[in-house]
Amino acid sequence: MKILVPTPLRQYAGKQSTINVQAATVGEALNALTSSYPDLRRHLYSDEGKLRAFVNVYLNDEDIRYLQQDQTAVKDSDTLSIVPSIAGGSN
Amino acid sequence: MAGIAEKVASLSNEEILRYSRHLIMPEVGMEGQLKLKQARVLCIGAGGLGSPLALYLGAAGVGTLGIVDFDVVDFTNLQRQVIHGTSDVGRKKLDSAADTLREINPNIEIRKFETRLSSANALELFREFDIIADGTDNFPTRYLVNDACVLTGKPNVYGSIFRFEGQASVFATKEGPCYRCLYPEPPPPGLVPSCAEGGVLGILPGLVGVIQATETIKLILGSGEPLIGRLLLVDALSMRFRELKLRKNPDCPACGTHPTVTELIDYNQFCGIRGEEAAAPTAMTDITVEELKKRLDRGDDLFVLDVREPHEYQICNLGGYLIPLNDLPKRVSELDSSKEIVVHCKMGGRSAKAADFLRQSGFAKVHNLTGGITAWAERIDPKVPKY
Repeated sequence: MKILVPTPLRQYAGKQSTINVQAATVGEALNALTSSYPDLRRHLYSDEGKLRAFVNVYLNDEDIRYLQQDQTAVKDSDTLSIVPSIAGGSN
Repeated sequence: MAGIAEKVASLSNEEILRYSRHLIMPEVGMEGQLKLKQARVLCIGAGGLGSPLALYLGAAGVGTLGIVDFDVVDFTNLQRQVIHGTSDVGRKKLDSAADTLREINPNIEIRKFETRLSSANALELFREFDIIADGTDNFPTRYLVNDACVLTGKPNVYGSIFRFEGQASVFATKEGPCYRCLYPEPPPPGLVPSCAEGGVLGILPGLVGVIQATETIKLILGSGEPLIGRLLLVDALSMRFRELKLRKNPDCPACGTHPTVTELIDYNQFCGIRGEEAAAPTAMTDITVEELKKRLDRGDDLFVLDVREPHEYQICNLGGYLIPLNDLPKRVSELDSSKEIVVHCKMGGRSAKAADFLRQSGFAKVHNLTGGITAWAERIDPKVPKY
């Protein structure tokens, strides 16, 4: 499946915007991603291993918090988007 | 009765001509144009997003346009803050924006609020307006605007940008989610780069600000499908617009069924920004540009480390050794810990983090150059360009 990496996190993912992984669930997909790019882990997960509150993950257009979170099943044709909060606008 | 009669808006002949392209389309018409005239919109910030937002709302005939800003126009703003011109550099953004808006549409009322939006003034300010458009640039103000919108029942027309990527939505309507439903908590300071560090493509606030203006006008007219419950993602480089579903979170601390945010809080504290407390421990090892110049001139053996990005180094440099901040952990072995090191970046923010990292890694003699290469350009060598 395809994982879309947002601009602020691309520097931790080898400057790539799209990364393909093999996975059966959302959790497996994110694991595959952070195994290839360990620097990403700290930006996605807290020290307790929980997905950070300012990082949302969407399976296609649906927030995984409203699906089965990490356990949500994925197909190869699905797209996973990582959407962190950004604050820029004025200066 | 007289009071009510005065409130019924009408258009002058000049306004009818001015708004004719609105008036002849059924989606706006006379009724819609009068709604626009009676509407009161508050723009938070007259910067990147606030510029196109205020320009289009003013041109469209939004009757009362409030602007909150306390900043001054500088040269680095002009690449994207199109409400200001070159001759406005050094002026208050509020005055510059108001002049431009009056030139575009003298029929509208412009209300200027020269203040930093705070927990002390937000509720009172928001109550005087119908819609709030958030064009700020920092997390504390984002959460403040959201909570104040929820508490006063005003829709929050949201836009946010980073480099060439943007987000837009409409938060805090009665039926829809709020910003906290999307992001319950802000990132800790330092984990997400700011616009000043990360840069922004000049057209991006134009794209996102005009989306905010569109949503504002749709809310006023009560027509179309507003971005309620949807997060629009804009990627200007690939020119892709994507849409994600947002849900109102019943457990949301601000707009959920049992809210815990019942009054405005200290948003700097909420976002983990500690002010002087955070700055104090590093102060002893700071070095000013004057001291650095003096020490370099007398031939002291100083190792200058530049932690900016390569493209910034190309704009200007002090001949320092370049290791971008994010590469520092894996390239730290290139540095000699017995040497006295002066770390600099553009303004002093990234180099402070680099200096802290180096000290924690066992480097004993590390100084952070206060004000960065910008201070060097201002106070030591005017031939060095500022950016």
